[in-house]
Amino acid sequence: MKEYTVFVWRCFRLSFVGGWRYQAWMFALTVLSLFGLNAYCKQLVNGLAVTGMTDHVSWGLYIANFTFLVGMAAAAVMLVIPVYVYRNKELHDLVIFGELFAVSAIMMCLFFVNVDLGRPDRFMHIFWRFNFPVSMLTWDVVALGGYLLLNLHVCGYLIYCSYRGRKPSAVFYIPFVFVAIGWAISIHTVTAFLYVGLGGRPFWNSAIIAPRFLASAFAAGPAFVILTLQVIRRFTEYEISNKALGLLRNIVTVALSVNMFLLGCELFVEFYGDSSHIVSTVYLFFGLHGYSGLVPWIWTAIGLNTIALLVLLLPLSRNLTFLNMACVFLIAGIWIEKGMGLIVPAFIPSPLGEIVEYTPTLNEILVCLGIWAFGLLLYTILVRITVPVLTGRLTSSATRPAEH
Amino acid sequence: MSNDSELSRRGFLKFVSGTAGAVGGLGALGAALSPLTKLDRSELTETHFFQKHYKELTPDELGAVLDRLRKEVEKLYGVQASLGDLKPEDGVDFAYALNLGRCIGCRKCVHACVKENNQSRSPEIQYIRVLEMPRGSVDIERGDHHYVRAKVPDENHYYMPIQCHQCANPPCVKVCPIEATWQEDDGVTVIDYNWCIGCRYCEAACPYWARRFNFTPPGFTDPKSEINPEMNYLSNRPRTLGVMEKCHFCLHRTRAGKMPACLEVCPVGARKFGNLLDPESEVSQILHNKHVFVLKQEVGTLPRFFYYFDQEYPHQEGAMLDEPGAGLGRDAQEGEPA
Repeated sequence: MKEYTVFVWRCFRLSFVGGWRYQAWMFALTVLSLFGLNAYCKQLVNGLAVTGMTDHVSWGLYIANFTFLVGMAAAAVMLVIPVYVYRNKELHDLVIFGELFAVSAIMMCLFFVNVDLGRPDRFMHIFWRFNFPVSMLTWDVVALGGYLLLNLHVCGYLIYCSYRGRKPSAVFYIPFVFVAIGWAISIHTVTAFLYVGLGGRPFWNSAIIAPRFLASAFAAGPAFVILTLQVIRRFTEYEISNKALGLLRNIVTVALSVNMFLLGCELFVEFYGDSSHIVSTVYLFFGLHGYSGLVPWIWTAIGLNTIALLVLLLPLSRNLTFLNMACVFLIAGIWIEKGMGLIVPAFIPSPLGEIVEYTPTLNEILVCLGIWAFGLLLYTILVRITVPVLTGRLTSSATRPAEH
Repeated sequence: MSNDSELSRRGFLKFVSGTAGAVGGLGALGAALSPLTKLDRSELTETHFFQKHYKELTPDELGAVLDRLRKEVEKLYGVQASLGDLKPEDGVDFAYALNLGRCIGCRKCVHACVKENNQSRSPEIQYIRVLEMPRGSVDIERGDHHYVRAKVPDENHYYMPIQCHQCANPPCVKVCPIEATWQEDDGVTVIDYNWCIGCRYCEAACPYWARRFNFTPPGFTDPKSEINPEMNYLSNRPRTLGVMEKCHFCLHRTRAGKMPACLEVCPVGARKFGNLLDPESEVSQILHNKHVFVLKQEVGTLPRFFYYFDQEYPHQEGAMLDEPGAGLGRDAQEGEPA
């Protein structure tokens, strides 16, 4: 126990140590987080009226980001499956970075759900009267909480073992890894079910939404990991092979192709069927009765995803510069698609046919940026600690944390 | 020796910069949190925090809660309220019927409702939305929500008021993660305003856009004249910031044998309300004898709110193939998940 306290204390100290680039990055993230906190305090005082949400569009940027990040968290499984199911060697030492990102992403998800609550002071009610299994939101609480614990356990156990110089015992983590695979798929499925089960919102009444969620997540998540791995390779001594990045590229390519295919299927059914149920889809893609707030967004998303897919399919993306470009494009594209493209249009027009558009306010955007900054801060700290531990520079026998 | 002083100087500098960093950080944190000084703390007490769910309150506890809420209303609005908690009666299943042939779109019901139920006046929260519909269509997408006319009704339109349909299979109740909203035995779906966490999932689930959220603290210009002092826990007592509210069939009136405020004010008698289980009641008669329909039947919510036209069916009593309102009532609810 004492050993463990020392470990935590060393990790805490280590998170403040780094080169000027590290310090500047952490400083910027801290400042942004504080701006977000400040904006959230204003929201607590004045109510959700400081956001762009209304009785018409009652969920906005918060739930959009939540949805996107659930996907990013689930995507860690795209590194876990090759390693633990197919015994891939290249990715073996990199899985942990995916799992650590899952931890940070779930933390961000929890923040996003909480800032969306009108009465966060009553959050504890969820433990007093839990409408399980009827309400899908309770399923989501179980799924996200469980996934967070699973990943915290696996990462924490492996890192601490490495710190103590012990060989991790398979019994203590392999079963959890396999449970986490199923669980990862469940978190995104359950989140999709939050929406698809609402009969009064035809835009969401499509069984394809859960599979599409997974496909887009399995593209955006590993794409994010491709980018972070290169940052880790550049600024630390941790070894990451190009072959590993190539494997992730294949995963992203397949997932993005599936995502685009499913999008096509959905659009065909909507527009060929051409029933009155497609008004929200028409609003999203072409605008309705002169209102077209989301049209530029969705076409940007489709453009970005199409370019990303073309680049990924061509040998061009073996070049890291092009690969990175494709990754950035598809992350942005999927963020728009899952956010502005999936949550908001379901509310427009309203169930009574009224069109009220949604524009996020500055305060709302600052809260979102704050949460993202805090999540990235958390991820940076986790990586900052993990790298020296795994490379053997920070162990229980060493007297001081290694600095570089 | 020089080496030692070098070390201590470095140590000192490190200490100074570390302390400066920590102080600066705490200062920034304080500045970020500063808006909280304006936070309304009246509901952040132990009593509020540990208040139980409505269904778990013993009669004594409920009495204490009602007492406290009465004092809160007096303190906040300077109004001596009579705050009760009428329970549903056995053998009662409420239903509403609205005569589309009569409604003239005057919106008197909208405003009577706001007054009766103590909705926020600024911004004004309304439970009833009246649509001006073009002739020849029942497609609500074609309705005008914001019609302005010197004189109603307009000859080329008819009018369709929409409020909570008190569905027998309510999607809003199903989705609530914490059971803050439920259907009572007389069919009215209610909200415990002191339990709602404000996630707005019910608002997303409602196919009739019947729910309203308090995005701001409720605002009154002259509470003493505006607040209706006849209140019930589950109906029209004043709400607070960040909770959901909606039409509850004026249960503080209807459970006491009166009619809803929207019905009483209607100048043309387009609104009818009563007990579905009483075959002699006006709504029962209307359901049996008129051309009745419900909105968005395809979403399977089984509304308790019916629309009808004046024409009667040309049939003999008892010759109907399908009972309007079939599926409502407690018999139909058995076997449904609670």
